[in-house]
Amino acid sequence: MLKVEKITKRFGGLEAVQNVSLDLGNTPITGLVGPNGSGKTTLFHIITGFYRLDSGRVFFDEKEITGCPPHAISRLGLSRTFQHTRVLPFLTARENLLSAAPAQKGESLASLFFQPGAVRREEAQNRKKAEEILNIIRLSPLADELSGRLSFGQQKLLELGRVLMAEPKLILLDEPTAGINPALIRRLVAVLKDLTQQGIQIFFIEHNMPLVAELCDHVFVMDSGSLIFSGSPVDAIQDSGVIEAYLGKADHVA
Amino acid sequence: MDYFFHILVVALVYTVFALSLNMELGYTGLYNFGHVAFFGIGAYASALFSLLGFPVFFSMMAGMITAGAAGALLAVPALRLSGDYFGIATLAFAEVVRLFFLNERWLTKGPMGLPGIPRPLGIPSGVSGLSVYLFLCVLVAAAVFLFTRRIARSPFGRALKVVREDEYVAQALGKNVLSLKVRIVAVGSLFAGLAGALYGHYITYISPSDFTLNETIIVLLCVVLGGRGTDWGPVLGAFLVLFFQEFIRFLPIPVDFGRVVAPLQGMVYGGVLILLMLRRPEGIVPEHRS
Repeated sequence: MLKVEKITKRFGGLEAVQNVSLDLGNTPITGLVGPNGSGKTTLFHIITGFYRLDSGRVFFDEKEITGCPPHAISRLGLSRTFQHTRVLPFLTARENLLSAAPAQKGESLASLFFQPGAVRREEAQNRKKAEEILNIIRLSPLADELSGRLSFGQQKLLELGRVLMAEPKLILLDEPTAGINPALIRRLVAVLKDLTQQGIQIFFIEHNMPLVAELCDHVFVMDSGSLIFSGSPVDAIQDSGVIEAYLGKADHVA
Repeated sequence: MDYFFHILVVALVYTVFALSLNMELGYTGLYNFGHVAFFGIGAYASALFSLLGFPVFFSMMAGMITAGAAGALLAVPALRLSGDYFGIATLAFAEVVRLFFLNERWLTKGPMGLPGIPRPLGIPSGVSGLSVYLFLCVLVAAAVFLFTRRIARSPFGRALKVVREDEYVAQALGKNVLSLKVRIVAVGSLFAGLAGALYGHYITYISPSDFTLNETIIVLLCVVLGGRGTDWGPVLGAFLVLFFQEFIRFLPIPVDFGRVVAPLQGMVYGGVLILLMLRRPEGIVPEHRS
């Protein structure tokens, strides 16, 4: 589904991402791990069109999306969340979800005034779906609360709900469990597993290694902008290169 | 009574003007500091068409469309600028438009202005046509109110609010941010043009001095005082500000002081605007209960 070829991104003299190639194939859940500053989020920003790349190519669903604007990439079915949760604070939880519904007729001024019936029907459908998602992420009682007033964990779930609403083919999650309590993490894991059942692919950045081992079928490891490992989570934690990236060289210890 | 009707007409013109700005400022978070330009373009275009002998209703439509088109034309380059820079670009645009009115005498007669603008429906100029014109303004303002409310409550309006809250999220959700902004500026300018046309055909005389920074500040004040991003805020704001403006005419200021005190008016409005932004940015009608 998603393939990147020899991607490089420089910020001034710093090569944040160096010549990274990876292919998700049909793996249901893929993890992306690496120490802080290794270029994981930058890679996500490049894939989703938020950063322009210096060289390399990105393919999604057999189409080349290199250099496409973010909204166009999103419309192809590639949704993302942000590392620092970004709800729309002055919209209610329900409105947050509704705004994520894909290809809304009601966002065209012409349809709004010349096809009011179609817009109303579509909106009713979206509302029903939002209701279901609110239920899944356990936010139904807070549906009409401004999202800025929700707790941090609830905001994370709401952001995930927004991604669900978009009916994506692939979702990129940037540290979905960072800063949320264990009970909510279990809730989140259940939701993610349910998504893969529906055939939605997941690619996510995560620091919680036990969770990565539990969920992922495949994991990529990055260190200082380069891809240093690709394989199963079990092999990853035994790989000398990966250990070195996290803990430093072994002979320093001796 | 006639005087009261006159204030009502002007308040309704500003209601339309404020509603149009609210779509940009309130719902989309665009700080348009040159909104008066489109008010002026609408007024001049409509006046010129009607003085050429076109029916007044047709002229007003033409004025609206001219203002809307000008809005779209400005929006495409100006909206590539972010935040404050957009505000500065619009401010400069309004000044350019005013200088155009002032200097292109072949078209606008420059500082002389355009006298003898006909009223629509054969409504006589002067006091005798006042009540009919007031009725017309009520109808137009109500129509614009319903139209903007329809937009605000639609998925389109929701998408505008997403853009206002967070442009990155908007993009991640597949919204074409530039296109949404250009469309709302075009619509906002269209209705500012309508307000301008209503004004011109009411007063029956316009000149470049009617479309200055002062008018921009007044309409901004209407929106911010009333409540940004709400249905009724701009309406309430327009009535409060316009009635206040008329009220201060009756302050017992000695004639000799008039010259000194009059320029203070603009300062007072600016001061109120700053105070509001600092102390109560949500205005009288808040968008959300706290």
